[in-house]
Amino acid sequence: MEKDEIKNIIEVLLFITNTPISLEKFVEILEVDKENIIEALNELQKEYQNKPLMINEVAGGYIMSSRAEYHTWIKKLFKEKITYKLSQSALETLAIIAYKQPITRAEIEAIRGVDVSGVIETLLERKLIRVSGRKETLGRPLLYSTTPEFLKYFGLKDLGELPPWDKFVSLSPEETTQEIQNDNYNE
Amino acid sequence: MESVCQYNVKLDIFEGPMDLLLYLVEKNDIDIYDINISEITREFLEYVEIMKFINLDSIGEFLIMAARLMEIKAKTLLPRTEEKQEEGPDPREELARQLVEYSKCKEAAKLLKAYQERQKDIFYRDMPLFNFDEYIIEASLYDLIEAFRRVISRAEPAIKELIFEEIPIETKIREILSLFQNRSYVEFEELFPTVFNKYIFIVTFLAVLELIRTRQISARQRESFGKIRLFRIATTENNNV
Repeated sequence: MEKDEIKNIIEVLLFITNTPISLEKFVEILEVDKENIIEALNELQKEYQNKPLMINEVAGGYIMSSRAEYHTWIKKLFKEKITYKLSQSALETLAIIAYKQPITRAEIEAIRGVDVSGVIETLLERKLIRVSGRKETLGRPLLYSTTPEFLKYFGLKDLGELPPWDKFVSLSPEETTQEIQNDNYNE
Repeated sequence: MESVCQYNVKLDIFEGPMDLLLYLVEKNDIDIYDINISEITREFLEYVEIMKFINLDSIGEFLIMAARLMEIKAKTLLPRTEEKQEEGPDPREELARQLVEYSKCKEAAKLLKAYQERQKDIFYRDMPLFNFDEYIIEASLYDLIEAFRRVISRAEPAIKELIFEEIPIETKIREILSLFQNRSYVEFEELFPTVFNKYIFIVTFLAVLELIRTRQISARQRESFGKIRLFRIATTENNNV
């Protein structure tokens, strides 16, 4: 297949999709080698540098988005449809789920010390988290995990892009206890 | 019924008792592994008093923490003996561990917030897509009975006594399995006729239970008490869907 044709097909697919397309998916659809896909994607991304749209790598695949500088026009088009930003309690809950998934509501509440049922409802509604099963303990509570939408929302390629949980050491002043030190230097 | 005095204040300053505690620790520059429980309990209670005063909702969680702090305080005042120490983890250590965990959560939330800020003006094409994979929770027997009750209550009452039609459960099982020929799932409800017939309803339900028991189908739902979908458990002959 001609290189330009590969690029065209990829461009069309990226234009039409609303979920990230993985390299494997491109290979499957175009039936060419992964190297050809990567090359075409790189060239496309370069070409798009001068356009109002861009090709991003998020949630384990590629997807097109608008460039930030055009947000005002988009917001005018959608007016009230623009979603609100996440609240502090939603962010804290999401952070715990992102790092400790799959996790039950009670386990989240044990960390945050507050009831999180309302927050979980909102996060489920916004498809940032999903029910990923049940924990095989008393009462078989639901387990929650993050979704590809979560990665998309925060612009992450995958969960590995998040720094490790133990890197978050902010406590002033003497969190230099043995325990935490060990955690940090063991990596 | 709304009275002026009965207002509730939603204070977003503290996300909960852990947040307040962490704030007090940071404010007073306290070593988290050497918290002066008496001091922090006193300060914590002062805040709780203020919250009570302004009729803050969700004060309950703060009161639970206050009780816990007072309990730890009481324990630390007791003379320490060898036996006592073996009773379990030091409650102060446990509290410190939780505070560290919560502070990490807050830091992680801060990071997510920064990502959110970075992404806030970037838009993707978006249409809600229905995802079959959302049906992943195995429905329990209780869920199935609940769904069965829903189907019964929704069914139209039979106008006249129908002629007694005997269907062996084996036939019903085959009938249900045949529904999966070209489809990946069948809604639980569609197995039942719209008009109520006690016999058919019960045979159908028993057939579903039998199919689940023999692992030929699985009943799954998106959430507890949600709609139930039946999925054929893949065997060698229907892998090519």
